[in-house]
Amino acid sequence: MAEKDKLIEVKDLRVSFFTPAGEVKAVDGISYSIGYNEVMGIVGESGSGKSVEAYSIIGLLQNPGRVIGGSITFEGEDLLSYTPEQMRQFRGNKVSMIFQNPMTCLNPVYTIGNQLTEALLCHDKDISRAEAFRQAKEMLEKVGINNAEERMKQYPHEFSGGMRQRAMIAMALICRPKLLIADEPTTALDVTIQAQILELMKNLQKNEGTSIIFITHNLGVVAEICDWVSVMYAGKIVEQGRVNDIFYRPMHPYTKGLLASMPRLDEETHERLIPIEGTPIDLLNPPKGCSFAPRCSECRQICLRKKPPFKDAGDGHISACWLHFMDQAETSAGSGEEAAEA
Amino acid sequence: MSARKEALIQVEDLKKYFPVKGSWFQKKQYVQAVESVSFQIFKGETLGIVGESGCGKSTLGRSIIRLIEPTSGIITYDGKFIYDSNQKIAVPMLPYRRKMQIIFQDPSASLDPRMTVGEIVGEALDIHRICSGKAERRERINELLDEVGLNTEHANRFPHEFSGGQQQRIGIARALAVEPEFIVCDEPISALDVSIQSQVVNMLEDLQEQNHLTYMFIAHDISVVRHISNRIGVMYLGSMVELCESYELCNHPMHPYTKTLLSAVPLPDPEKNKTRQRILLEGDIPSPINPPGGCRFHTRCPYATERCKNEVPELKEYAPEHFAACHCLEGR
Repeated sequence: MAEKDKLIEVKDLRVSFFTPAGEVKAVDGISYSIGYNEVMGIVGESGSGKSVEAYSIIGLLQNPGRVIGGSITFEGEDLLSYTPEQMRQFRGNKVSMIFQNPMTCLNPVYTIGNQLTEALLCHDKDISRAEAFRQAKEMLEKVGINNAEERMKQYPHEFSGGMRQRAMIAMALICRPKLLIADEPTTALDVTIQAQILELMKNLQKNEGTSIIFITHNLGVVAEICDWVSVMYAGKIVEQGRVNDIFYRPMHPYTKGLLASMPRLDEETHERLIPIEGTPIDLLNPPKGCSFAPRCSECRQICLRKKPPFKDAGDGHISACWLHFMDQAETSAGSGEEAAEA
Repeated sequence: MSARKEALIQVEDLKKYFPVKGSWFQKKQYVQAVESVSFQIFKGETLGIVGESGCGKSTLGRSIIRLIEPTSGIITYDGKFIYDSNQKIAVPMLPYRRKMQIIFQDPSASLDPRMTVGEIVGEALDIHRICSGKAERRERINELLDEVGLNTEHANRFPHEFSGGQQQRIGIARALAVEPEFIVCDEPISALDVSIQSQVVNMLEDLQEQNHLTYMFIAHDISVVRHISNRIGVMYLGSMVELCESYELCNHPMHPYTKTLLSAVPLPDPEKNKTRQRILLEGDIPSPINPPGGCRFHTRCPYATERCKNEVPELKEYAPEHFAACHCLEGR
């Protein structure tokens, strides 16, 4: 990807939580970039650091979490050097976020219209109240809420779950941000409502040209909406690539394991699921080598000792696993140490 | 075919209404959570129940084992009535609790935080006086923990010390303690991580084979239900709209709602998703307090006619072993 096409670039980002029990490396050196009008999916289990990573982009990390290294560049500007006031202007204007549970994010004592216009009035000092109201109504109609004029006067509890999520999306998009971070936006919804919301997000992305970071644990949703996918495990990206590469040509054992362990609606015969054995690692005491090694069925000696480097398979498809270096490792007297340095 | 299969549980016309508090002047209202549902569960099979949230699938599961007292209907277990509202039969459930058990959705909420794992699993053994001595009781608890893939030393720990997947295993061990014949699995895996879900699904399948269990598997994730079930019942707003063998249901769905539900599930296959025809429904599920008359799906159904608004469709057999409740299927 050429330098000028990048909307946001995250380089070697490290986020740690300093808890009484010790340092938890929630995000441990991840890098990716997103171009204009692209959808990047971030997949991972709970505790893999996918939400923390997104929160650090938008500056919503809470104590005791801190960015301790790396850089986030948004259209050539370093986000980590922003003052809180600059961040406030940036947030909502250039980047906005949709959360998993809309009920906890909407203010129950203000009307939907009030909350929508507030965002506009905050970021544009010259706009009149009437104009803000008109734009907010237009946005509600755009996200598929009928009878918008009436709905503006209602409170969040008068909306159904799917409607609330639509209102959240309207609120996120009202200042026409260039990047939308969606943190599990459909997890709390039913499948038929999920299908509606995904369709809506696809259309909005096409029409408004917004880039999206889509955080989810549902591989089906990723296949549906994303152009690029990053698979995270224990604070690290283990595999990254175009959506077709990830689903049809997965390289990393964790990605392969995830795909094999899912029951599929389109399977022809009853095949036993192949689970990933074991449980996710304790981030307080991460293993010395590859984080996935304790659960990996193809774990070798070296996996336990050293962290694997990325193997580039072309077209942006990368995967961090020692297995990709086994040929080289065997030629270098079976140690694989040399391949690490390479 | 069904003649040779023996029905373990038979449910007829089961209804469950929950009263809603209204104001003084309002007529008393009810949430019609389950509305006239009839079906059978055969010995040794897994009956899957799918539907969206609020469609009454959990209420149905709990009513069958009478954790919730039904409003009306008939439930028989192994040929014996355990509930019949017409003849006013409601047998004491304690002896049946040894045969019917339940696994809950949220493992951390369904385990007492102040009891050790050994006490949780052993409580059922004490209530039903299954073990004669302390040594036998300890032996049995260890055996159960081993069966669900936990270590015997876990018996002295408390639930909060375990991960979600392990907590669910404790819940399963508790259900197995009384050697039941029938287990209601109420969304047993939806609170778990993706990589843990398949471990629990496989374990449930193994336990079924070893202990000759019959399951009623309730979930909203249709891919999981299809994987584990022999037959699937689809529920919408309290009523059963389709019931048949699981592969038949996914390959040849009849009811418009089942078709929508299936097409709404995103497949982990980017190319297939692009070519697949999506049926998108308008709007949300109507409130079960004031459900639409006639066919309950008619407000969102693309094929709805005048008849659907007035007449409630019955669950009829339109193909061998394939039941559906839709007026459009008649005269096909």
